[in-house]
Amino acid sequence: MNRPRFRWHIVVFLAPAVLVYTAVMIFPLFNTLRLALYTEIDQSRVFVGLQNFQTLFFDPIWSEQFWNALGNNFWFFLIHMLVQNPIGIALAALLSHPRLRFSALYRSAIFIPTILSFVIVGFAWKLILSPIWGIAPSMLDAVGLKSLFAPWLGKEEYALTTLALISVWQFVGIPMMLIYAALLTIPEEILEAGEIDGITGASAFWKIKLPLILPSIGIISILTFVGNFNAFDLIYAAQGALAGPDFSTDILGTFMYRTFFGFQLQLGDPHMGSAIAGAMFAIILVGVCIYLFGIQTRMRRYQM
Amino acid sequence: MKRKSLKLALLGTTLMATSALAEDVTLTIESWRNDDLTLWQEKIIPAFEAANPGIKVNFTPSAPAEYNAVLNAKLEAGSAGDLITCRPFDTSLLLFENGNLADLSDLGAMDNFSDVAKSAWQNDDGSATFCVPMASVIHGFIYNKDAFAELGVDVPTTEDEFFAALEKFKEDGTYIPMAMGTNDQWEAATMGYQNIGPNYWKGEEGRLALISGEQSLTDPQWVAPYETIARWKDYLGDGFEAQTYPDSQNIFTLGRAAIYPAGSWEISGFNAQADFEMGAFKPPVRNAGDECYISDHTDIAMGLNAASENAEAARTFLDWMGTSEFATIYANALPGFFSLSSHDIAMEDPLAQEFVSWRNDCGSTIRSTYQILSRGTPNLENETWNAAAQVVKGAESPADAGARLQEGLASWYAPHQ
Repeated sequence: MNRPRFRWHIVVFLAPAVLVYTAVMIFPLFNTLRLALYTEIDQSRVFVGLQNFQTLFFDPIWSEQFWNALGNNFWFFLIHMLVQNPIGIALAALLSHPRLRFSALYRSAIFIPTILSFVIVGFAWKLILSPIWGIAPSMLDAVGLKSLFAPWLGKEEYALTTLALISVWQFVGIPMMLIYAALLTIPEEILEAGEIDGITGASAFWKIKLPLILPSIGIISILTFVGNFNAFDLIYAAQGALAGPDFSTDILGTFMYRTFFGFQLQLGDPHMGSAIAGAMFAIILVGVCIYLFGIQTRMRRYQM
Repeated sequence: MKRKSLKLALLGTTLMATSALAEDVTLTIESWRNDDLTLWQEKIIPAFEAANPGIKVNFTPSAPAEYNAVLNAKLEAGSAGDLITCRPFDTSLLLFENGNLADLSDLGAMDNFSDVAKSAWQNDDGSATFCVPMASVIHGFIYNKDAFAELGVDVPTTEDEFFAALEKFKEDGTYIPMAMGTNDQWEAATMGYQNIGPNYWKGEEGRLALISGEQSLTDPQWVAPYETIARWKDYLGDGFEAQTYPDSQNIFTLGRAAIYPAGSWEISGFNAQADFEMGAFKPPVRNAGDECYISDHTDIAMGLNAASENAEAARTFLDWMGTSEFATIYANALPGFFSLSSHDIAMEDPLAQEFVSWRNDCGSTIRSTYQILSRGTPNLENETWNAAAQVVKGAESPADAGARLQEGLASWYAPHQ
């Protein structure tokens, strides 16, 4: 009998990627989850099972902050879904219009904020919206709408929405590019066939293009979801780790940072911090699973 | 394996670095004060080395925000410097309890410091002191002298006069009466509540009573400062809700505001920025003739790495830090950081002189939330930031804020249960 030879080259070629990915992604992930099951008593690490999670969800001191952060996170995500993605799709539809001039210029201009650092974006917008030095109050003044201006980032009611819109401004280029690419792959023949049947202009977009780019919209939604629930930088850069005013802009990322690393006199608690990170991971995992098994498998795909 | 070779490499570089000056002992200082690098290199270290031949000193600061993390990593790896700059209270206490900082109670220089000065670097029962106090910062108000002269406003000494002055600036409209914002939250708590509070809770008396559980945060002396800062709201600039700390600094140094609730650390920055004459006044007392109290907050100290191989030389350095020579160099190079030693030090900066002169007529205390009370969850200091900002904005009543803080403190702190 001749047993098939073990194909070593597969292992060899896979090894670098697997090793690197394990070292920098898989190991830290599981180590964080493991850390969440411990606590520190008298300077030694003690295994406490799920007690940290119990504290997080049921101790009013922690749970109030957690639900507040989670609620804010959903609002942050909702704004992105309702504003960023429709605008991104609309921009892509406009850009893919064959008779549009300077489309490359528009495309780059809209995409550029995406490559800026969060710190720059946060700082620039803080200055733009500043009631003291900002250009927003004087611009509104110039058109006679000064009364509409408020110190948005300092008001509990508006701060989170304002930050979400800043983030939308920064990242609207990503859905635009992805949809744009998807629109370009739609063959001319299909559109021409539609034209012969009398479907032109806007109805061509709604009836032909939109169904064809639905899978891309699904991908964008899930990217937005993961990105938003991992968000941290913009809030931290603009409002600091206490996510003021009165925690109205606190999202899971800032909550986790404050707990894990500590803040000012608050000493860091890596174990509770890991518990929050674990909860974030679970939320994102559930969201992604709902998408993968509930939505993506039912989505109709068309051979083009 | 990896770690071992790294250690060898590190050892190699250290050997090469030290072999050049084989006879001299080199001390390395860990610090977060990278702003002070030139001060150390050009003034403090040469003065020390001249007086102590055979000991070389290296000042190696890291960024303030990273300091705690960097230091912990270095201590764990055994590569931390001989001398360690100490943050006040729990951060350093933790290092001492973990055996990273040596006990310095028997150091001769310690006699030059008062108990309040040492309190930030002692264990809870005060039996061991582990860092030599370096400097404190004092709270008060800095004002625009030109603006006061222009409107004929006198420097206020009582609270009524203070609000009368604010009212006058508001009526006139040329100047924003007071430069403070609530966006960064700590401004309202540190420059507001902790600034004026000691006059209400009688400095150390109230602070210690709060720690022992005899007073609570719902008592009138702890709630009344909130009532006062709530009245500040009408005198802050437009859109103060989104005004950040640097905004406040700029508004004042550009001459657009009359009064700035301050910490003395602002002095050197303000001297460089402002082109009008500045003065300072201490937190106004509630009624004329009341005893006054100031927040003279212990901020920075120096400790000895317990694992240091040059402990002898390091102790010599720490002893020298208790002398008036060190205090004079430090206080004059960094006006606004006041020496904690009991030496009488001549300072040249008039604003700094004004601030430090209050020590003679007023009782000194430190910020009420720093010792012990910010150890649990919820963290009292962070909660105070939040409460002060909410109260100034009018989003929470002073009584509610006091009740909320007390509830939070009582949830984990036994003397309040």
